[in-house]
Amino acid sequence: MQFKKFTVTLPIFVICLVVLILLSTFEFTFGSTDIVETANHGSSTPWWIWPLVLFVVTFILGIVAVLGGVGGGVLFVPIIGGFFPFNLDFVRGAGLLVALSGALAAGPGLLKRGMADLRLAIPVALIASSSAIIGAMIGLALPKNIVNIALGATILGIVAIMLMAKKSEFPDVPKADALSTALRINGIYYEASTGQEVHWKIHRTPQGLALFILIGIMAGMFGLGAGWANVPVLNLLMGAPLKVSVATSKFLLSITDTSAAWIYINNGAVLPMLVVPSIIGIMVGSIVGVKILAKTKPAAIKYIVIALLLFSGLRALLKGFGIWN
Amino acid sequence: MADKFKATEEQIRYATILDLGMKVGLVALILSFIIYLTGILPAYIPVNDLPKYWKLSVHQYLEATGIPQGWTWLKLLNKGDFLNFLGIAFLAGVTIICYIAVIPIFFRKKDKIYGILAIIEVLVLLLAASGVLKTGGH
Repeated sequence: MQFKKFTVTLPIFVICLVVLILLSTFEFTFGSTDIVETANHGSSTPWWIWPLVLFVVTFILGIVAVLGGVGGGVLFVPIIGGFFPFNLDFVRGAGLLVALSGALAAGPGLLKRGMADLRLAIPVALIASSSAIIGAMIGLALPKNIVNIALGATILGIVAIMLMAKKSEFPDVPKADALSTALRINGIYYEASTGQEVHWKIHRTPQGLALFILIGIMAGMFGLGAGWANVPVLNLLMGAPLKVSVATSKFLLSITDTSAAWIYINNGAVLPMLVVPSIIGIMVGSIVGVKILAKTKPAAIKYIVIALLLFSGLRALLKGFGIWN
Repeated sequence: MADKFKATEEQIRYATILDLGMKVGLVALILSFIIYLTGILPAYIPVNDLPKYWKLSVHQYLEATGIPQGWTWLKLLNKGDFLNFLGIAFLAGVTIICYIAVIPIFFRKKDKIYGILAIIEVLVLLLAASGVLKTGGH
């Protein structure tokens, strides 16, 4: 078993590392960042290379995201933004649509099985999606270096959350708060692994909703998706069971990212040549990832995800400070 | 056992529409991208010129290409690249349709608070989709 996990993890890690190193070298060699020069003369690299490489990289990201238990969006924006020649405006627009497509694809199954909860999602989504509009507008208005610095800092913050945050399968909620009681946010789901009915309710709803203002702004600003923040707030702060939190978080992205995506679409920050290969790459990669996951779940994959985020977060930060362009 | 934990009526309706919308949007996106790549319809920005533009900020890109903001892409659907926006817009619009579909269920169940919350969500998403909200340059 250990050997099997090793044979899955090692190639993924080596592929990721090689691809990132090649991309950073390739971009450094062929991808001038001088806007005037670029607009006048373009690049010597044939146009089709980048969408093709984009498809391959997003395919790998799709596999890694499933095995690492993270959304594709959180890997997409820092890696594609850091190692491809595309402007961060278009990468964030594509990132939102990648996260949106993943959430739209997963949403129906999660809702029908009762894992994602509409009553929990609706109030949260209203706050997050309104805030995401503001975040998207701020993100498109800010200078590129500021966005890179903020993105780098956020990615490093996500790494810290991934390393430190604990999860609680069934959080202890002694008493539902007044707001969640008024909104009747509670439920029952069938836990197949134990064969038990799980009755759940939530608490600290006002605090949770307040945090979703911040989460929405960040989701819209960086196009990251927001599962990394949704799940801890729903699970650890508000006390929803882990499975309900994960499923509702995934479904929530379909609403939060919808509002932000429209801002990017209407402001011209969507290039089909980036968006379509990315969506298809991530989706096909996710399907392959699910098949690998059915056979083995290498624990080390979490650390590959963390290493990728750390590397790309530092890259964004250094780009923002003009140290590594 | 499974019946006991069946999702609510509004949840099932939302999921059914979402499922259908997602599939239609994705197929539209893939078909339009094939049309774009094969050049069946000419692109507004020739694919060979794309590397000149994708490095620019969105404001510089719009200025350099003369592409208008908002819903004016509807007038450019005869261009291969803009045809892709049909699928993209559909994917970005399916959530609005899902919300509209569940509003009557909430009111029929006398769940006024959730009915109103769903109406407000539709208005928020329509505002985002309207193209009224523009960003400043950088």
